[in-house]
Amino acid sequence: MTTVTAGPASAAGAKPATMAQALGRAMRDAMAEDPAVHVMGEDVGTLGGVFRVTDGLAAEFGDDRCTDTPLAEAGILGAAVGMAMYGLRPVVEMQFDAFAYPAFEQLISHVAKMRNRTGGALPLPLTIRVPYGGGIGGVEHHSDSSEIYYMATPGLHVVTPATVPDAYGLLRAAIASDDPVVFLEPKRLYWSKAPWSPQDPEAVPPVGRAVVRRPGRSATLITYGPSVPVCLEAAEAARAEGWDLEVVDLRSLVPFDDETVCASVRRTGRAVVVHESGGFAGPGGEIVARVTERCFHHLEAPVLRVSGFDIPYPPPMLERSHLPGVDRVLDAVARLQWEAAN
Amino acid sequence: MTVMDERGAYRPAPPPAWRPATDPGPLLPDDEPYRVLGTPAQEEAEEKLLLRLYAELVRGRRFNTQATALTRQGRLAVYPSSTGQEACEVAAALVLREQDWLFPTYRDTLALVARGVDPVEALTLLRGDRHTGYDSRAHRVAPLCTPLATHLPHAVGLAHAARLKGDDVVALALVGDGGTSEGDFHEALNFAAVWRAPVVFLVQNNGFAISVPLAKQTAAPSLAHKAVGYGIPGRLVDGNDAVAVHEVLSQAVRRASEGGGPTVVEAVTYRLDAHTNADDATRYRKDEEIEAWRGHDPVALMERALTARGLLDEAGVEAERDRAERFAAGLRERMNTDPELRPLDLFGHVYADRTTQLMEQAAMLGAELEAETEPSAGSETGPSAGSETGPSAGSERGPSAGVQTEPAVGAGPTGRGGSGGQDSSVRTVSGASGRGGGETR
Ligand SMILES: Cc1ncc(C[n+]2csc(CCOP(=O)(O)OP(=O)(O)O)c2C)c(N)n1
Repeated sequence: MTTVTAGPASAAGAKPATMAQALGRAMRDAMAEDPAVHVMGEDVGTLGGVFRVTDGLAAEFGDDRCTDTPLAEAGILGAAVGMAMYGLRPVVEMQFDAFAYPAFEQLISHVAKMRNRTGGALPLPLTIRVPYGGGIGGVEHHSDSSEIYYMATPGLHVVTPATVPDAYGLLRAAIASDDPVVFLEPKRLYWSKAPWSPQDPEAVPPVGRAVVRRPGRSATLITYGPSVPVCLEAAEAARAEGWDLEVVDLRSLVPFDDETVCASVRRTGRAVVVHESGGFAGPGGEIVARVTERCFHHLEAPVLRVSGFDIPYPPPMLERSHLPGVDRVLDAVARLQWEAAN
Repeated sequence: MTVMDERGAYRPAPPPAWRPATDPGPLLPDDEPYRVLGTPAQEEAEEKLLLRLYAELVRGRRFNTQATALTRQGRLAVYPSSTGQEACEVAAALVLREQDWLFPTYRDTLALVARGVDPVEALTLLRGDRHTGYDSRAHRVAPLCTPLATHLPHAVGLAHAARLKGDDVVALALVGDGGTSEGDFHEALNFAAVWRAPVVFLVQNNGFAISVPLAKQTAAPSLAHKAVGYGIPGRLVDGNDAVAVHEVLSQAVRRASEGGGPTVVEAVTYRLDAHTNADDATRYRKDEEIEAWRGHDPVALMERALTARGLLDEAGVEAERDRAERFAAGLRERMNTDPELRPLDLFGHVYADRTTQLMEQAAMLGAELEAETEPSAGSETGPSAGSETGPSAGSERGPSAGVQTEPAVGAGPTGRGGSGGQDSSVRTVSGASGRGGGETR
């Protein structure tokens, strides 16, 4: 089941594309293929979104397909629920992570539950795009990592890309899904580039599958979204210390790929979970528990967590102190020499 | 000449002319709720409609008393009665065309029944065995909504989607007076107006939100006035006058269907019973107030009108009551049958495809249920949960890979001395097993 992707896209003639462009292209292609797909949100039309991810969609498909809505997140998501009830496939943009909170009632009470409470009569095929995470110098309310709230709500899929091909492939899969998908876009990777061709997009593994981004033998770094490049960099740096680190990109937080994660940890015997959101009751807690339950006898050391601090997201000039970087990952890796330390 | 002028200081130009975007006049509600019954207009009302409304009112009243009685027998967890508000419920159901959608609240089971939903299916949520007992899509009735006003944006979205597809579909959404204070009410009105969505909002102003009277809920001149700020016409109607409610809603539905956009209708009515069977209304209102409203009872109003027009006599009243009585008896009998419960359905319809995690948990519950049916099998050593092929709960396509070989932690042996003899997955419950009433929340 383990998929190891070879770095750059194989497509001949692939030019560098940003993650934002790949996301926009995913919506464009989905809209061209299926008239039921509608993009909606604040400023997504004429402006093309504050991150320009929806650039060009209104011009190509018109206001009815790419709609600038009134400024009201509950209204946006609530209306999308009704549209999905009538057979459309809305793709909703929440402008920034922390501005999705007014819509949480709709998300939790209705989006996540409609299929279940109607016994399957009213599934909701809708995608909620949420730019998330820090590292872009945003002032407060612009850098939250809210994934744990979504993960804790049964009925939602939660996915997050870390590469350009994944941005395209996962968003296409999310829009095609008959279930609601919270699509977390690591906003500091919006401008990350990779050779990629929209004409020949790389096939990506399905939602629910984690991917080994870098094979290794000494320990596993389990991570996702904005922390994937950090972990890859840490793995390179660790070679000097004699560590051969494996990096697993989860891609999908719900459903969770126990299989790929545990296969990796059983091979390496050591693991560190890395994410930006807080550590207390954070995503890492769940991941560590799952790994411990399943791989206890293979573990040479406790599974460690490297996370953001348990604080409200700090002001931008201090975010470097908060975000887990390469050094903190390497420190944790050093602590994996459990036997030696005890 | 001042010093400033001499220096050639900036002189502001007058602001660009401003006037309101549209004339608010036509949007304003009338001073008085619109009435038909008891006015000369009553003579003009269509005979067939009067008789139909009357039959539904009588049956609706009986439905409310029967459902309330079922709470006392433990057959319903809770029932929010709409006694006193039947005219709104019945009119809401009857104005809708087959293709239209209804978005009800927890109090509106009666509207469902009047629309043709099986009464037992309409009550399933309140009985507590399933969230939604009826097929929402087939009936074009959204699930009964418990969080206040959150279904209103859904009605707007659905109506908007239908219009985008070129379908002539109107959505009618019900909400209470308290619900109009919620943010979703305002967001829904605003979206509906901006999108000119074919949606009608019916506010059943029954005087109270649990214990809180309207005066503590809002300082607006009326709830219909709230529409004006969004560019939507607000209409006031006597909510106990079934003909008037029907007429005002019909106009609103027609207007929506013809592309005229949304309407907010405030029906002024009164909740004669407590908030639910579990509520003590004597703590917040006086008998005199209730008695005053009893004098304006929707069923009696209609009876008087029909009698005045020679369309109803004592025998007619009796006949209608008998019909309602037979309906109630049928409902009682069916509600007294224990519903079938399928615990493994818990894992149904969470996702289109069951996740590995859910398959593990379904296997664990399946093993527990199996252990219960084998009372003598070494009681304490249950099967190792998770190692069996997953039971096929619900109709979902699960990934064919089957269940993981590792036991889900917490899925250890649980052979609780069997409750004996029951089928592993299908159980019936006795509603009379001392279920406490609860307030709908
Ligand atoms: C969001 C939300 N908050 C609180 C409640 C608890 N609650 C249930 S009914 C009710 C009063 C609602 O009053 P109103 O809207 O006037 O409707 P009515 O019950 O009178 O029909 C309250 C506060 C709820 N259901 N939803």
